[in-house]
Amino acid sequence: MSSPSKTLPAWIDVGLIPLINITFAFIVSGLVIFIIGEDPIEAVKLLVYGAFGNDYNLGYTLYYTTNFIFTGLAVAVAFHASLFNIGGEGQAYIGGLGVGLLCLALDQYVPLWVILPLAIIVSGLFGAAWAYIPAYLQAYRGSHIVITTIMFNFIAYSLINYILTNVLIEPGSGSPESRDLLETAHIPTFQDAFGWFGIKIEYTPLNLSILLALISSVFVWLFLWHTRWGYAVRMLGFNNNAANYSGINTRRVIVGTMCLSGALASFVGINEIMGVHHRLIMDFPAGYGYTGIAVALMGRNHPIGIVIASLLFGALYQGGTELSFEISTIQKEMVLTIQGFVILFCGALAYMARPTIERFFFALTPKNQTVAAE
Amino acid sequence: MDDTLLLLISALDSTLRVSTPLVLCAMAGIFSERSGIIDISLEGKLLAGAFAAAAAAAVSGSAFVGLGAAIMTSVVMALLHGFACITHRGNQVVSGLAINILASGLTVTLGVAWFHKGGQTPTLSGDARFSPITLPGAETLADIPLLGQIYTELLSGHNLLVYVAFIAVPITWWILYKTRFGLRLRAVGENPQAVDTAGISVTLLRYRAVICAGILCGIAGAYLSTGQNAAFGKEMSAGQGYIALAAMIFGKWKPLPGLLACLLFGFLDAMAVRLQGVSLPGIGEIPVQFMQALPYILTVVLLAGFIGKAVAPKAIGNPYVKER
Repeated sequence: MSSPSKTLPAWIDVGLIPLINITFAFIVSGLVIFIIGEDPIEAVKLLVYGAFGNDYNLGYTLYYTTNFIFTGLAVAVAFHASLFNIGGEGQAYIGGLGVGLLCLALDQYVPLWVILPLAIIVSGLFGAAWAYIPAYLQAYRGSHIVITTIMFNFIAYSLINYILTNVLIEPGSGSPESRDLLETAHIPTFQDAFGWFGIKIEYTPLNLSILLALISSVFVWLFLWHTRWGYAVRMLGFNNNAANYSGINTRRVIVGTMCLSGALASFVGINEIMGVHHRLIMDFPAGYGYTGIAVALMGRNHPIGIVIASLLFGALYQGGTELSFEISTIQKEMVLTIQGFVILFCGALAYMARPTIERFFFALTPKNQTVAAE
Repeated sequence: MDDTLLLLISALDSTLRVSTPLVLCAMAGIFSERSGIIDISLEGKLLAGAFAAAAAAAVSGSAFVGLGAAIMTSVVMALLHGFACITHRGNQVVSGLAINILASGLTVTLGVAWFHKGGQTPTLSGDARFSPITLPGAETLADIPLLGQIYTELLSGHNLLVYVAFIAVPITWWILYKTRFGLRLRAVGENPQAVDTAGISVTLLRYRAVICAGILCGIAGAYLSTGQNAAFGKEMSAGQGYIALAAMIFGKWKPLPGLLACLLFGFLDAMAVRLQGVSLPGIGEIPVQFMQALPYILTVVLLAGFIGKAVAPKAIGNPYVKER
């Protein structure tokens, strides 16, 4: 018997099987809603309206989408080198710290068009630095990147906690937050941007960072499929030994890929600190780093897939929040449950449906055609 | 002098209480990982177990029913992990993560639907909790200096599950190193082909290993919500499953060093609270955040190979594909 991946056509492999997996995830989530005594169909209606119903809801959906694109891309880039970056959360934290420090230092002196490019660079550098250590340890000291990135998430949390409570806290304030940033460090929201053209929309946290997210997606696509470095990354992920023998310095590729991954995750800090909160606070990554894993799995590690999956998760987050206002027994944690099922079915159980589909497919196709396909 | 001793004893006393879930989860991790299955889902099983214990104890009024429910829930999650990683050869880290996120979501979703208290379960009292046990003779021995104090203050007066946790360590050791099952379990984590060639089912062995992990995490969960606390609260495991994972690695996947690592991390935690705002001679004040991060920092340093070398089981993370 030949390996199954060669005999199934691409549209089943890339289209049908992921679709079946997602359907499984949603059916099981629906069952949970049914078990707690609510109507799943009604819940879906409320959720869709809550996510896309008006400009306010759509704004929130796209705001969440922005974060998920960043963390999803971060996880995907690492995945292509068969590295598992669970550290998006910590890298976003440290990236946000970089953004916060830069803005606090410069917002009195220079305008936004100076701060923003600097912030993107500093955020990327901070995020990359936080990913560099686990990457270095994986490449040169052989420690497992999954474990070290998990540890680094917790270390990042403690570090930010320390810096906010002891260094950046506003004198006299009780809560661990920095001072408010001045207008010069605020990224315009969509309300501002639409206002320039005389169109009035409701305020939402959605801001122009979403453009950075889209640019990053294009960049990642170009990088992975149209540059030599991207080729090296994918080759490393495909076959470590082959990459090594073809003269690729695998250790450097590991470190480089993780740094890029960390930089992408860190842009959550740009969106959150400069676009929404306008000060450095605790807990701003709010689990986006982990959701990025679900996004990357669902988007099959391709930028287009990731943008679509981010939109879906953005809609789930926003729709889920609205849903929890409408139906009191459904909390926003329901979204976490759905997310868990998506990771389970699209990630861990990705191959579950395959043997059955293979059997159906071969039963339906005439014999000679299968031979020709091989 | 007497004060320092009492302070030390009270610190060690809380070390035991803090370490209990860590010890149980670390032993769970050892079972799973020595059989070749990465288990980052300790956290999720712990949380789900805690919820099941509190919910069942609140409804039935019995802590032991709660314990049973916790073990069952945790085993079901372990079997789900096994189903994904062993049967369907899925990515073990992804599966573990899915279980952790599912546990975070489901515990609150179900908790709100069943108890209408914003994710909390009703407060437990009386038989619905594991209450402290006074060891025999603790009161009579209390007056003996040092030894009596240690016996009465430190060793006596914990709840049943604390003792279970510390008995679980030698039992784990015995199962791993002195039984046929343990030998095969260790072999399957190092070289599954060899075990398969000997005519033993790799699949079955790994399933049994994850079930053992499920049982231990379930006990740890019951301890959190019906022993240490009197109810389940949202996210009450608070990363302890990950600390246990770190402790297991710090203990180099071995029961006794694993126990010591758990005690060390528990001690750091107990001291973090006590040292808050205290200035130490020569060092100054140690930030509480540093103490909280120290277990993770130590584990990273160990993994980097700077203190000894932690070698993972060879076949860890690789699904076993039977040759035809």
